[in-house]
Amino acid sequence: MPRKGILIHRPYERLTKEQVELTHQASMQILTDPGLISFNREAVDIFHSHGAGVESTAGDHQSWQVKIPEQLVLKALDTAPKTVKLGARNPDNTLIMHGDDPRVYLITGSETNIWLDVDFPIYVNKADPNKEIKVPEFKPRRGTVDDLCQSAHVCEHLEMVDGYIRTVNIQDRDIIEENKDVNKFFASLNNNTKHFMSGLTSLRQLDNVVRMAELIAGGKKALEDNPIISFITCLVKSPLQFVEDTTDTFIEVCRRGLPIVVSSSPQAGSTAPIKEAGIMAQINAEVLAGITLGQLVKPGTPVLYGSVPVRARMDTLGDSYGSVETSQYNIDCVQLARFYGLPNYSTSGVCDPKIPGQQSSIERLFSDIVVTMSGPQFLHCAFGLLDCNSIFCLLQAVLDDAHFKMIEFFLRQPRIDQPELETMLKQMREVVATPQKLYISYIRPVLRSGEISAVYPFEGSGETDDVFELAYERMKELLTKPVQHIDQETTARIFEEIPGLLPRLNVYERKS
Amino acid sequence: MPEDIISLIQGSVIQGRITKDDEGMDEGMVGQPGVTELVERALASGLSIKEIITKGLSGGMNIVGQKFEAGEYFIPDMLASAEAVSAAMDILQPQLAASEIKTKGTIIVATVKDDLHDIGKNIVSILLRGAGYTVKDLGNNVNTQAIVDAVREEKPQFLGMSALLTSTMARMAEVIQMLEQNGLREQVKIIIGGAPVSEKFAKSIGADGYGADGFQAVAVVDALASSIEN
Repeated sequence: MPRKGILIHRPYERLTKEQVELTHQASMQILTDPGLISFNREAVDIFHSHGAGVESTAGDHQSWQVKIPEQLVLKALDTAPKTVKLGARNPDNTLIMHGDDPRVYLITGSETNIWLDVDFPIYVNKADPNKEIKVPEFKPRRGTVDDLCQSAHVCEHLEMVDGYIRTVNIQDRDIIEENKDVNKFFASLNNNTKHFMSGLTSLRQLDNVVRMAELIAGGKKALEDNPIISFITCLVKSPLQFVEDTTDTFIEVCRRGLPIVVSSSPQAGSTAPIKEAGIMAQINAEVLAGITLGQLVKPGTPVLYGSVPVRARMDTLGDSYGSVETSQYNIDCVQLARFYGLPNYSTSGVCDPKIPGQQSSIERLFSDIVVTMSGPQFLHCAFGLLDCNSIFCLLQAVLDDAHFKMIEFFLRQPRIDQPELETMLKQMREVVATPQKLYISYIRPVLRSGEISAVYPFEGSGETDDVFELAYERMKELLTKPVQHIDQETTARIFEEIPGLLPRLNVYERKS
Repeated sequence: MPEDIISLIQGSVIQGRITKDDEGMDEGMVGQPGVTELVERALASGLSIKEIITKGLSGGMNIVGQKFEAGEYFIPDMLASAEAVSAAMDILQPQLAASEIKTKGTIIVATVKDDLHDIGKNIVSILLRGAGYTVKDLGNNVNTQAIVDAVREEKPQFLGMSALLTSTMARMAEVIQMLEQNGLREQVKIIIGGAPVSEKFAKSIGADGYGADGFQAVAVVDALASSIEN
């Protein structure tokens, strides 16, 4: 039984059918003129062997202009699966995504360098030393493997989290490029039984992480049937360039038949036009180029239409994920993916401030609500992320989980039908005849049935705002709940076969 | 057997079930006797009114209060239980006068002139009935003179007034002034409530008490009742 996600009954759409069609046509034109510049030779060879126009370009770096004809794109769209299954260690956490079904799965991520610790020091009022208050203090530091384990652990218990993308980059002294991938995969998979998606630091580690997943899933065939891991690559750099190394990774993942996100993240104003029509036509062309390459490598490779469009900040030209336009772009992309019948990877909840607070709550909730309403199948909703994608705070992730619970409730299908209305009319006639004229006695049958939304879970009892403190308590409570680690025998085989794993990650060795 | 009926009455109060047709809290309760049927049965079996009230009804309400404090029960649960007690008290009313049990007293409640907002007053009425008071509800938009007349005729121990609007809260002061002018003020304890009023406002107009919510209202009336007895 897969996870239920949030089914959007009437997805919110910004674009008319004509606007979607026009954007598609513009993207098709872009793919042939100017086409994409490829810094990856193998991609060029693949496109060339299937009839794409290829020309060497002038410049310091070896590159080629690739012009992708429309029929190649349409054929790729035909072979790309319209349903993608993302498996999980616990089969109850499986995600089934149909391109035409707006069922939203909420996923964490993505990788941040900074981990934000939280403390609650007590401050005393100078004028009245008897008055004390606890004030949350946030302390940033470099993320570690232990932090990743903690994050995976808490996200295992967050009810609204459907899948896990690692939230923190591991930067321990004993982590180097050659052992980073195996340790981040193991730390995440060992502390979380939901689907795990990740990028790769080193392509040389691809076979090691795939082998690790095979051992956990129960073999090569078992991993095919239950792909507990998937990958994300930004093979296209905006504007319109196939990157050398990430395209290599993309091609190799496709060859292994594992699910992969074709992701593009243009920034309106710098790496894409500032106008909506421009960034939409460009990102669509970039994603379609990647999908086409993947289907040429191995037809039928499960792909997600990955869109992470963002608007530039005018004061720094950095990303402004909190801007209103960023949500608009994401919703447009959901519509484009649905136009092609492909499951969509979308983004919400990324905010600009560096610490939890009012700005972070407003920015993330705004995009969380509107983008969820548009019905992307895989919503990378930035649980706990701050400062765009630079900082992760576990306390914020706990808050986000509570807020998504509210969004889920808000998006429930309304029940207005004949039997319900008849019941209500009967109630009205009964109540009007009573002296008090109150409907309160009818609340009880629905009070504990889940039909009434819950009180905000971090509401304080007094005049003070206790939200952070109560969420922190919840976070600590979740950390004490056990997680189902990979079993001892499999763990032993993983440590035996996969090089570079940190011994301290073996929970069974630690216990002995 | 009598102990069984008392515990069944308690259970019905906890479930908030007035008759056998009520659902209550738990599954499968429909068809089992509610508090009214149980009280009739208790009287028929010769149980004293005192035992029915103190052990059965009040005992049940005490447990309901504990559940509310623990966050297990919500206000609709409290009100359902209070209504069950109120229905049971209606059955016991004719025999109360002849018994040695003193009632907790009568309270007249009203939402003042030009104010139609009476939800809070209605909830307070239910809770007061559940707590064992006799409540005479004059309704909403009640003329000042009508409130004074009711105090004169009914001779209640308590008067409760509510207002939701800042423009109508001054009517409460008018009622108190008119009660004074008519020599009725000393015979009744006055409690007020409503969104715009406060403890400070209650004192400023010469009221005896203020309830921020229904539960506080009952507590304040209980405290005033004790002061009358002492």
